[in-house]
Amino acid sequence: MTGDAGLAEQRIFDLDEGELERRLSETWETPRGIWGALTTVDHKIIGRRYIITAFVFLILGGLLALAMRLQLAQPEARFIGPDRYNQIFTMHGSTMMFLFAVPVMEAMGVYLVPLMVGTRNIAFPRLNAFSYWIFLAGGLLLWIAFALDTAPDVGWFAYVPLSGPQFGAGKRADIWAQMITFTELSALAVAVEIVVTVFKQRAPGMSLDRIPLFVWAMLVTSFLIIMAMPAIMFASSSLILDRLVGTHFFNPAEGGDVLLWQHLFWFFGHPEVYIIFLPAVGMVSSIVSTFARRPLFGYLPLVMALISTAVLAFGLWVHHMFVVGLPQVGESFFTASSMTIAIPAGVQIFCWLATLWDGRPQFKTPFLFVIGFIVTFVIGGLTGVMVASVPFDTQVHDTYFVVAHFHYVLIGGAVFPLLGAIYYWFPKMTGHMMSETLGRFAFALIFIGFNMTFFPMHILGLEGMPRRIYTYQPEMPWAGMNLFVSASALVLASGFFIFFVDVLRSARSGAPAGANPWGASTLEWATSSPPACFNFARIPVVAARDPLWSEPDELTVATGLRTDRRELIVSSLVEAQAEARESSPRNSIWPLLSAIATTIMLIWSIFSPWAVVWGSIPIAIALIGWFWPKQVPEDES
Amino acid sequence: MKERVTLDVSKLPLHGMGTASPTWWGTLAFMLIEGSGFGLAIAVYFYLMSLAKTWPIDAPAPGLWPGTCLTVLLLASIVPNLVLSRRARQQDLRRVRIGLIVMSILGVLPLIFRAFEFTVLAVRWDDNAYGSIVWVMLGLHTTHIVTDLIDTLVLTCLMFSRHADNPRRYGDVHDNALYWNFVVAAWIPLYLCIYWVPRL
Ligand code: HEM
Ligand SMILES: [Cu+2]
Repeated sequence: MTGDAGLAEQRIFDLDEGELERRLSETWETPRGIWGALTTVDHKIIGRRYIITAFVFLILGGLLALAMRLQLAQPEARFIGPDRYNQIFTMHGSTMMFLFAVPVMEAMGVYLVPLMVGTRNIAFPRLNAFSYWIFLAGGLLLWIAFALDTAPDVGWFAYVPLSGPQFGAGKRADIWAQMITFTELSALAVAVEIVVTVFKQRAPGMSLDRIPLFVWAMLVTSFLIIMAMPAIMFASSSLILDRLVGTHFFNPAEGGDVLLWQHLFWFFGHPEVYIIFLPAVGMVSSIVSTFARRPLFGYLPLVMALISTAVLAFGLWVHHMFVVGLPQVGESFFTASSMTIAIPAGVQIFCWLATLWDGRPQFKTPFLFVIGFIVTFVIGGLTGVMVASVPFDTQVHDTYFVVAHFHYVLIGGAVFPLLGAIYYWFPKMTGHMMSETLGRFAFALIFIGFNMTFFPMHILGLEGMPRRIYTYQPEMPWAGMNLFVSASALVLASGFFIFFVDVLRSARSGAPAGANPWGASTLEWATSSPPACFNFARIPVVAARDPLWSEPDELTVATGLRTDRRELIVSSLVEAQAEARESSPRNSIWPLLSAIATTIMLIWSIFSPWAVVWGSIPIAIALIGWFWPKQVPEDES
Repeated sequence: MKERVTLDVSKLPLHGMGTASPTWWGTLAFMLIEGSGFGLAIAVYFYLMSLAKTWPIDAPAPGLWPGTCLTVLLLASIVPNLVLSRRARQQDLRRVRIGLIVMSILGVLPLIFRAFEFTVLAVRWDDNAYGSIVWVMLGLHTTHIVTDLIDTLVLTCLMFSRHADNPRRYGDVHDNALYWNFVVAAWIPLYLCIYWVPRL
């Protein structure tokens, strides 16, 4: 720290607006072209890329769903054979859960959290770049395997012994297990970034009780990821070891246990549902408050509901295992705790309704999706309470009733809010509005198509149609309803089609959005749409929970950050008082090289255990390149 | 929107140390993740034990010496590690250099004992589930020693380069020392599981 640096900073105070922004752009800009794309560490570019990739996986997973429905439309159809069908439902489930739902929620966090807490970039931006590349590699691995007809065929949960060495021949199950490692690595990295961004990079004055609810939701979700994902990584790695080097974790003949797999899997798999659901809850809170035009009713209860849902999520995994024969006491406990989770859910719904009661709701497209969410989620919640009871679950467990239930929860609980969130934040991300007319159309088709597709599945399930079957006999009384379901799936798909058309059209030629088109209250709306590469020319100083509403025509800001370095403010954990200035890393190719080295090692290790030894050498080299200080101003104070 | 300046941050320090540093929190979060990993390994160990008729399965309890020597060595390494961490906070370059060299040596020595630990297990990873979990536990912990060692070696080189005298680097040394404490602390329950639980 030298004296003349102080002088340089002094001069920043007198910079006029244009000059300040010009200098900040020079410092923060991502270079144009391929090189810029490969080296960028801007959370907005990476977040957008992450969101788009996840939606591409939604489309791919959706096409597989349509393929399944085509096959099931009639009894004894010949469209897809049993082997391919096993691959397809595995690919559908794995793609939707690991390549779409979790990543898209995290990606929304990557884009929005730094803007909403008023900082210039996410914490550990290079790790952020790395996490995207690793995610992409995992997705490509799975889908290239599918194209080569070596996709996993063991379900998205890959139960042993079917996925173990005795029954799962070839490399199918290994590919599944390694895809898990890729996506969990990337999910964990993003979780760490979000936790640290929220803990340490909040705008001065944004104390814990002023954090926007979406940010709270992402924070709690990140902790869930940190606690739950190691279990699935442990499970998938043990599975690979069993298959490759002959360990016996899941082999009962040598002291292992197949139920161990289920415990590890569902210890992750149940919280996974909340990892998908909690960010959606945060999105709903943002949208409800904005379109009701008033602060949320019950901020504290909403935060407590988020936290208690997360805590309860860990007590519940066994409810996926009622039919495997566990001790009676355990079952009652897990039934009770499964039903307890209805309490925080009820609190949230009550708070949203109370907010709306008092406000003057505007029925714009984002808000329509929120209504769709509340309706479907309540139905999914009710069937959830039903399957939480052991006798009922025993009846319907492997039937279409469960397929209906979890699509109500997943699509109702996560995809509806997500689509609403895209309509809501699209103007911020692109600078253009999406079309209200097309939006209403898309919503109507998706909502109606969804209920027509999935509601009859409850009935099919009660009539005894098992899930994961590639066909059924004409003697069974299921044909008519299956045809109806398959036709409705097309209605649903056409709704999505309109949504994507609207996205593509609006990104180019939608009406200009302006900084705050919805008149919302949180900080991401305090900067231009789309935000400049440095997010905020001057970092906001927060004095209220809804800063843009409490002082509608004035933004209080901080000054004194240098413009010639990527500086941002680090603030204290509880009160968010400014503590230090930190320089945020510059663009770098090393995260990509590290991701490539990691990819080589992980794929190679499907075939040889030595890959772990030799493959880690290039990783070590790439990581040293990543962390070695370069000749840049940040490194000389 | 109009902007009104209410705060000047130009006098704030560059790169806070400890809780004022994002990397410190990042290190903590990674410790939480890896701690969950170790916790799971231990849970799986006890789960498999609860299923087995005899424990260890078809093998004697592992020999005590190498593991115990390693434990003593790791515990002893805490002292120079804490000293190093303090010197880093004081930004005392000469002592930090000495400390890093000492910690590099203390990172290599345990690996020698670790090699012997694998030989006294008296069971292979592919003999049975007991063998599988103890090999994985030892392997998991060895990876942590190795990664921290590489980290320390790179940091040592860095502190002898012209990049050394910089608050950022001292922060790195501080965080690296924190991580080593974690590697040591995580070993204690693993040690008890692997060596003493079979003797109960
Ligand atoms: C877009 C419309 C969708 C349709 C028409 C659809 C259809 C289906 C069908 C028919 C099955 C049952 C396969 C079988 O048991 O044979 C299924 C399974 C599944 N779906 Fe969907 N799905 C859709 C969207 C989603 C979404 C958005 C998610 C997650 C976010 C999802 C997650 C799953 C999972 C996890 C399974 C279980 C796969 C398995 O049993 O291995 N689906 N889906
Ligand atoms: Cu569950």
